[in-house]
Amino acid sequence: MPEENNRPAPIPQPESDYYWEQAKAGKLVFQKCGACGSVQFFPRVLCTSCNSTDLEWIESAGKGSLFTFSIVHQPPHPGFRNAVPYITAIVELDEGVKMPSQLIGIDPEPEQIEIGMRLELAFEELNDSISLPVFRPVG
Amino acid sequence: MPNIQRLKNISGTAAIVGVAESDSLGKVPDRSPLALHAEAALNALDDAGLQLSDVDGMFTAGWSTLDVAEYLGIEPRFTDSTSVGGSSFVMHVAHAVAAIAAGYCEVALITHGQSGRSDRAPIPRNPGAPMTQYEYPYGIIGPPVSYAMACRRYMHEYGEDRTRQALAEIAVSTRKWANLNPRAYFHDRPLSFDEYHDSRWVAWPFHLVDCCLVTDAGAAIVVTTAERARDCRKGAVTVLGAGEGHDHSMISQMPDLTRAFGRNTGPQALEMAGVSHADLDLAMIYDSFTYTVLVTLENLGFCAAGEGPDFVADQVTAPGGSFPLNTSGGGLSYTHPGMYGIFTVVEAVRQLRGETGDRQIDNCDLALAHGTGGLLSSTGTLVLGSS
Ligand SMILES: [Zn+2]
Repeated sequence: MPEENNRPAPIPQPESDYYWEQAKAGKLVFQKCGACGSVQFFPRVLCTSCNSTDLEWIESAGKGSLFTFSIVHQPPHPGFRNAVPYITAIVELDEGVKMPSQLIGIDPEPEQIEIGMRLELAFEELNDSISLPVFRPVG
Repeated sequence: MPNIQRLKNISGTAAIVGVAESDSLGKVPDRSPLALHAEAALNALDDAGLQLSDVDGMFTAGWSTLDVAEYLGIEPRFTDSTSVGGSSFVMHVAHAVAAIAAGYCEVALITHGQSGRSDRAPIPRNPGAPMTQYEYPYGIIGPPVSYAMACRRYMHEYGEDRTRQALAEIAVSTRKWANLNPRAYFHDRPLSFDEYHDSRWVAWPFHLVDCCLVTDAGAAIVVTTAERARDCRKGAVTVLGAGEGHDHSMISQMPDLTRAFGRNTGPQALEMAGVSHADLDLAMIYDSFTYTVLVTLENLGFCAAGEGPDFVADQVTAPGGSFPLNTSGGGLSYTHPGMYGIFTVVEAVRQLRGETGDRQIDNCDLALAHGTGGLLSSTGTLVLGSS
């Protein structure tokens, strides 16, 4: 199958190797600043709040709320031709960071999806080296 | 922070003297993107009564100015490839004014050309970039999905039904303007409210008709000094105010999904020009999506946050209405090759010159042109005045 027909896979960079390694191991991690205590997604070499480079990795407890979503009907990439309709989301983790993701385990119908609904972490295996953090309704 | 006093010193010192589209718009498979740049450049220079040999400042986005200037066979002494999405060309006008005021160049050529529909070799994204790492794997790819998530948040904060009605008002009124523009893709196709609501879903909450067209098109703008403008072919359009900036790239990093950067660039452009919202005769606001217009009207300060649905009610933005908006038919119904921003300026200039035929608005002396780029990421605002 031509590569462009596959779902796009991330190419980890030096500052995100650990994030993707941990995701493969079933953990969601993000950065916390040792100087000012801010948390941030996505991983960088500096804290965007105070510019400190003293950053540590925190493992998320995997709980959060739905901040917003869309139900995608027209595939934006050939790799999603067989996936539509699917639910994209921005999830607000209880630790305070927002991250892009997908919702699973819920019908792709607007009436089924509530902003603010409680979500829990799951993982979807994309290929041999990448697992994606996704979310499903709690319960 | 921008120094408004210094900006006021260059307000009105340069003028737009030429604007044009490529020969054909819509589906143009027999022109490469660079050919569309070149065609539009020649047309805009002709509109100004100038030659390619007069150009000493080169501005473009999407492509590098290296490629465009080489294709045109010119050797610019000022060069600017600022490429932050469809707003870039609106910013280029302000950059041209600054470069001309500083003395770097005297005749600035801004070109655009894109084969959104027919491109044989679209430019790929760097797969290591944050957007391709963190959003693409989830299918958060391209503008419709991202803008749809912003719009859904707006609905949550300000009410789903009234937001839906506002999106329909914008789609229908914009189509009415396109029906008056012979060059509009949907010139011959009216849109009713029923057709709006029956339109298929692309990315809920967006119907197909909430989304801009995907076309092939080029456009170009020529800017020069206010003095030299007097010798040009047509009435000059003075650049009175400008603002630009951005606050994120990925939609998931947007600080507030209902407040784009126009919150800064709109007030700045108006203050630099020394005018207020009520003074404006025309607003050309980049309509990548119906939602983009709704939220931008609020961000620019035409109305308060959450009041956009009341502001656009009852077709006030349609022909004959009290608030002429996107009179070309916009990205929704006229043309949208990918980075549409330059076309907001082209139409504003033509309205200010009084050359838009059936869709000409009365006494158009002051216009606002506003571009949004990326995923609600960057904005550029211009205030333009007739001479
Ligand atoms: Zn910090």
